[in-house]
Formats: sequence, C-alpha cells, structure tokens
Amino acid sequence: MIEVQNLAVTFGEGASAIRAVNGIDFRVAAGETFGLVGESGSGKSTVLRALSGLNPDWTGAMRVDGQALDRKRSKAFYKLVQMVFQDPYGSLHPRHTVDHVLAEPLTIHGMLDVDRRIEQALAEVGLGPAFRFRYPHQLSGGQRQRVAIARALILEPKVLLLDEPTSSLDVSVQAEILNLLQRLKRERGLTFILVTHNLAVVAHMCDRLAVMNAGRIVEEMTVSDLRKGAARQAYTLQLFNASLGYDRAKAKELITFA
Amino acid sequence: MITLRTWLTADTPTSRNHARAIQAYLSWRALASNPLTVIGLLIVVALVVFAALAPLLAPQSPIAVDLTERFIPPGAQHLFGTDEFGRDILSRVLYGARVTLYIVVLVAVTAAPVGLLVGTVAGYFGGWVDVVLMRITDIFLAFPRLILALAFVAALGPGIENAVLAIALTAWPPYARIARAETLTIRTSDFIAAVRLQGASGARIVLGHVIPLCSSSMIVRVTLDMAGVILTAAGLGFLGLGAQPPLAEWGAMVSTGRRYLLDFWWVATIPGLAIFTVSLGFNLLGDGLRDVLDPKNS
Amino acid sequence: MSQKLLSVEGLEVRFHTPKGIVEAVRGISFDVGKEKVGIVGESGSGKTMTGRSVLRLVRPPGEVRAKRIDFDGIDLQGLDEVEMREIRGRRIAMVMQDPKFSLNPVMTVGRQIAEAYLVHHKVAAAQARERTLEMLAAVKIRDPERVYGLYPHEVSGGMGQRIMMAMMLIPDPDLLIADEPTSALDVTVSMQVLAILDDLVTQRGMGLMFISHDLNLVASFCDRVVIMYAGRIVETCKASELQQAKHPYTQGLLASLPRIDRPVAELSVLSRDPAWRDGPVVVDGVMRS
Repeated sequence: MIEVQNLAVTFGEGASAIRAVNGIDFRVAAGETFGLVGESGSGKSTVLRALSGLNPDWTGAMRVDGQALDRKRSKAFYKLVQMVFQDPYGSLHPRHTVDHVLAEPLTIHGMLDVDRRIEQALAEVGLGPAFRFRYPHQLSGGQRQRVAIARALILEPKVLLLDEPTSSLDVSVQAEILNLLQRLKRERGLTFILVTHNLAVVAHMCDRLAVMNAGRIVEEMTVSDLRKGAARQAYTLQLFNASLGYDRAKAKELITFA
Repeated sequence: MITLRTWLTADTPTSRNHARAIQAYLSWRALASNPLTVIGLLIVVALVVFAALAPLLAPQSPIAVDLTERFIPPGAQHLFGTDEFGRDILSRVLYGARVTLYIVVLVAVTAAPVGLLVGTVAGYFGGWVDVVLMRITDIFLAFPRLILALAFVAALGPGIENAVLAIALTAWPPYARIARAETLTIRTSDFIAAVRLQGASGARIVLGHVIPLCSSSMIVRVTLDMAGVILTAAGLGFLGLGAQPPLAEWGAMVSTGRRYLLDFWWVATIPGLAIFTVSLGFNLLGDGLRDVLDPKNS
Repeated sequence: MSQKLLSVEGLEVRFHTPKGIVEAVRGISFDVGKEKVGIVGESGSGKTMTGRSVLRLVRPPGEVRAKRIDFDGIDLQGLDEVEMREIRGRRIAMVMQDPKFSLNPVMTVGRQIAEAYLVHHKVAAAQARERTLEMLAAVKIRDPERVYGLYPHEVSGGMGQRIMMAMMLIPDPDLLIADEPTSALDVTVSMQVLAILDDLVTQRGMGLMFISHDLNLVASFCDRVVIMYAGRIVETCKASELQQAKHPYTQGLLASLPRIDRPVAELSVLSRDPAWRDGPVVVDGVMRS
C-alpha cells in the first residue's frame, strides 16, 4: 500500500541545513499497522509529514496505492490518505463547531448528503448527535480526539497516518481511543502508520515497526519480536528496557546514541 | 423569557444558528458584566442615536446664522450657548455626531478589512508575497500618521471625504502588521495542517480559518483606535483641512472657538467635551471587547 | 515508613468561578518521609493542586484550606509570606513539567543557578559559581563549564530539566515536589533524570513528592503510591504492591494500560462509578469507609 524509498528531508539551506530524515526505506502492506518508533528528533514525525504532503522539502520516492507521490498533492490523494494529530487541543479550530469541522472536507470535495454523513461519522466515533453543534472548548480531550478521527475518516480514506494520537490523553482515555482505532480499522480495512514514542502502544496496535534514531531506521522488526525483547540493535534494546519502567542499575548504564 | 434564557444557555445546541446564538449570548454576558464596558457601550450607542435623530433632537438648524444672538452663554434659551455666528451649539454638536460617526464607520469598514487581508495573506503565503506586501506596509508606517494624512489632504484638497480617505490610508498598515504576526502563529498550528490535508485551497484557509481567528483581536484594535481616528479627524478639522464650514464638525468647532476661549469658554469647550466623551467611550468599549474576544486571555 | 517530613491533614482546594465553586481537592491527608512518594491521577484529579498548595502557590480565585500542613515541625499555614519565601526554595523546592517556561530566557543558566544559591547563602560570587559547577556535575551534565555559559534556548529538553533540577537542588532542600518532571522528556533521558532524583533521596535523605500520571513509572520508581481521583485519595499502597491494588479505580487504570509483555486483543476501558467520588478508600490493601 505504501512504499518509501530513500526518503530524505532537509530543513534549512546551506551550512545550517539539518537532515531530519536521512535516506530511509520501508513498505507497508494494505491492512497492516506499521509503527514508527523513536525519541524526539529521530525524524519519525517528519517522515509522516512528508508522506502526508505537509512538508514538500523531501527527496526520494514515495508511492501510495501504486501512485507515485509528487511534491504537490492532488485532491484525490487527500481522499486516500488522512492524518490524526497528537494534540487534540491544537488540531481543532477553536471557533468552529464540530459540525463545521466535519462539513468542511465534504464541501471541499463536493460530496453530497452532508447531514447524513456527519451524523454517521459522529456515531462511528462514539459521539451522539448532541455533540454536533458544540465548540471544541465544550469537549474533553478524548472527545476532541474522536472528532479529529471522525474528520479524518469522513472522506473515507484507505490510509490513516497517526501522529502520537494518544500521547496527550489520560491512560483510560487512551484505551478508549486505541480501541476505537482498532475497531475502525477492522470495519473499514484501513492501513495505519502509527508514530509514537510509546513502545507499549506500538506493541498493542502494530504488526511491524521500525525504530528510528537520528534520521535513520535503526531496526525493523515484528511486534512479536519486540514483545520477546529480541532486538538486534543496542539502541532498540536500550529503548525497550527504558520503557519497561525505572530500573536503578539499568538507568546508570544508559548511553547516548548518535 | 425563561425559555429563551434556557435556550441560550443550553449545553447541547441543536442547530448551527443555535450554537452561534449561545456563543453570542455568552460573549454578551461577559461584556455586560464589566460596568466600564457598559458605560463605553452606552456612549457609543448614544453617539449612534444622536447622529440618527439629529434633525429631530436639534432645536435649531446647525447652520442658521443669527448675528443678534452671538455668544449667548449656556442657559435655558440655548442649552449649550451659541457661537460667534449665533448658531446653537447644541444643534451643531448633535449634527457633528453625524460627521464623527461617518468618519468612524468609513475608516472602520475600509482600513480594517484591507489591513486584515494584507496581513493574513502575507503571513500565510510567506515568500515573495510576504516581502512585497510587508515592504509596502513599512513604507506607509514610516510616516507619522497625521503628517501623511496632511499630505494626502493637501494633495486631494480639503473636505470630509478626503480626510476620511487620508485617515483610512494611514490606518491600515498597523492592522496588517498585527494580522501578519497572528497569522504566523496560526499558520503552524495543527488545525491548519488538518484542513490543508483535506485539500483546502490557500484562499479557503485564509478566508475561512485564519481571518476568523484574527478578526476578534482586529475588532478590539479598531475599537481602541477609534479614539485616535476621531482625534485625527478633529485635528484635520482644527487645521481647516477636514470638514469645511459651515458643516458642523467637532474639531473645526474647537478650532474656531479657540479664538474666543478666554471670553466665551463654551464655544470651544462643549465640542471638546464631545470629542473627549466619544473617544473615552470607544476606549472603554475596546478594553471590554479585548477581555471578551481576545483568545489570548481565555 | 521513615521519619515524617511533611504531614498534611484535611487539605481542600476550591476555585471560585462564575459558574460556582469547583472543588479541586476535597479533604485529603498524607505524609511524606525521607522517601519517594508518588502521587498519581488523571487530569483533573487534583494532583497538581495538591503539590502547589503545600508551597502555597495556588493563586486566587483558588482557595486552600487544611486542618494541618506540617513541615518538619513548622506549621506552614501559620507562616507569613516572608517566612514562607524562606521555606520555598531553601527547604522545599519544586520542579515543574516544562523547564523552558521556568527558566529566565535572558540569563545564562549558570548565573540563574548561582543566584538561586546566593538568595539563601551569603557567600562570594566565586564561591557560588564553584558550587553551581559542582551541582551541574551532580546532575550528570558532562561539561559544566560550557553549560554554565549557555542560555536556556541553547539547551535540549533533557538538559533543561537537569539544569532546573540543579537550580532547585543547590540550596539543598529537605523536600522536593516534582510535578511531572519527566513527561516532556524522552524515555531514556527521563530514566537518567530519575536516577539523579533517586540518588538524592537515598544518599542525601531528601523527601520526594513525585506527581505523575504514569502508573508504570511510579510503580517502578517510587516507594509509596498515592492514587487520586476526583480530588480525593482513593488508594495508598507500597509501590511494589501496586499491581495488587484493591480499589476498582486503580485496578481499572492498570487494566487500561497496554503492556509490552502482555498482549490483549482489546484494552479494557475504565467505567467510572459515581460512587468512587465519596465511597470507601483503600489503605495498604485494606478497605476503609
């Protein structure tokens, strides 16, 4: 479904240029959930932004559903690939009602049946019609994230890019959102790319994952290998150990990888 | 009344307009809870009412000259006295409200949208668009406002329309600056990224997403600036470059009254008080609007 | 439990808002000794307000009331603002979530730390500098001389949090209140920061109030855990016994966490029982009403 070859993203120009992503390759099959894991500055979110079309400064080759991607994307692309952002407080326009948020993509793409689609989208993410005319500030973090998911799915895409979708939510809300995403994926046969720093979330959601550090993919592995702690690279192992919780002895042995 | 109130404070609006009404009602309540803002609002409303009803309220024509009644002090016959041509000052102040309102409205509907559009377009699109638009803005900003307005009026000829045009031409650049600065922070937010990913065009994003967010601080800014606009108009009038006699304009009235200030204080003081009151009213209202509308405070 | 440092009884925090009174903390009591006490809760549970009210950092319209806030034999409620300032920083320090907002952007980090020292100690500037460099080394900053001269925007998040900690710890406080000190950090960096805190508690005998939303982290790092829900403490237990928690809220939270070592088809979702707001609480595995 998704094919990325030798992708590189550079910010800035000349001497101060920063290579955020330094030539990475990966493939995601249709219906798969692929995890991109790494610490801040590893380039994992940058990969997602390049793939989604938000960042045009990339080189390499990317294909989605057999179509090679350009710097500038067509309207058809946005009906194929949608994204959910990390911060549910920042991803909804503060002056737009839920209704407005959900109606906008339909108007842009000239889709009919606006009322029915909005009601159906809200129902699918577990929000009743009572939420339709509320403003974001009248919603909790979890409810906002549900609206963001509804917005992403209202165009009926095949691929959903998830950028830390639950990392700013409480754990009990995180469970609800992750379950919702799993259910929607099953029902609609979606393909997910999930970017996160949380290995437990990746283990729960994904089939395979790539561990990124300093703009490169350090290691690609299956989730069953991750659960066993069967990492081949020292970096992955350190990340794995650190996510299991605090351990006095291990914390002192941590090293910085460049 | 109770049902309207519950409808306006409902937690679950049932339609687009209902949601808007609730939002407006809550803003109104916040606005009304500040007594100074209410005073400001009352002054501005009074200005509008007086301007609209000037022909009904004014005891005489504002330009009716009666040289036998020159410099009558405020009293029963003439509430605010008369000026050097025996014209009733109350009538002139009431008609002057029309001129002031005309200036204020015209500047607000021309300068603010222009500034908003220039600023948001420059901020959102960046690159050469930004460079060109902002350098033009800089050029306008480099001149002191009154001097530039003076130059315009001198070139176009004195008169109320040209004064308004001059003020509007000098008023938009600060709005463009503010709108651009706000747009730069809005541009990088996730909700803009999200709507870009829905395939929205630049125009749709600027008009539908950026401008609504900038416009509340713009309304605040314009309201606060209105005092300055009134004073600039009065200043132009005072210099004889604004409204031309015999049109009743407060600045011009102060200007002519100045000559008789020591002997006949009311001729300059009454229109001066009118300018002061209306400026104060706009300032109080602007401060209150800032508390209610400016998202940075909430 | 070791000797008590801080003892709080019947703490209440309320906010007067236009919509009425909001009770953020509803009568909680707890003690902190020379140990690591984790205060865990979801957003809105009142955990942050609990930390702040100890230092009297709750601003109006917030209002703090307590039967007793006793710190090392001092009644904190009885102190005036000047005496409180002497306690703040010198004896009780606080580290916040985001170091970027807590540091002065136009002053080098070294000077800020030295100044924190000079406020409480009458020594020469050179001596304060000496002490600062020592402290930077103590929080595992590799090149203290270089970091001393950096401005806050020139340091990374993890480094910033360590600098913040150096600044808070230089007056050698008896109690540190850390409010989500590692949530903004990468997992490996946060482990290093936790190791520093761990050393301070075990080696210097400092008390630590560790406020966090992360159950796993608190369970593995702290000695004791206090679980807050809707402004109340619903359960307290030894950190090592958290997995055997008795309160349905704690159990629900633990079950809703995805785990690397325990795959599940679907995460269990917490269903909140309104009875938890005022129902019985669990202390070390024993239900009390």
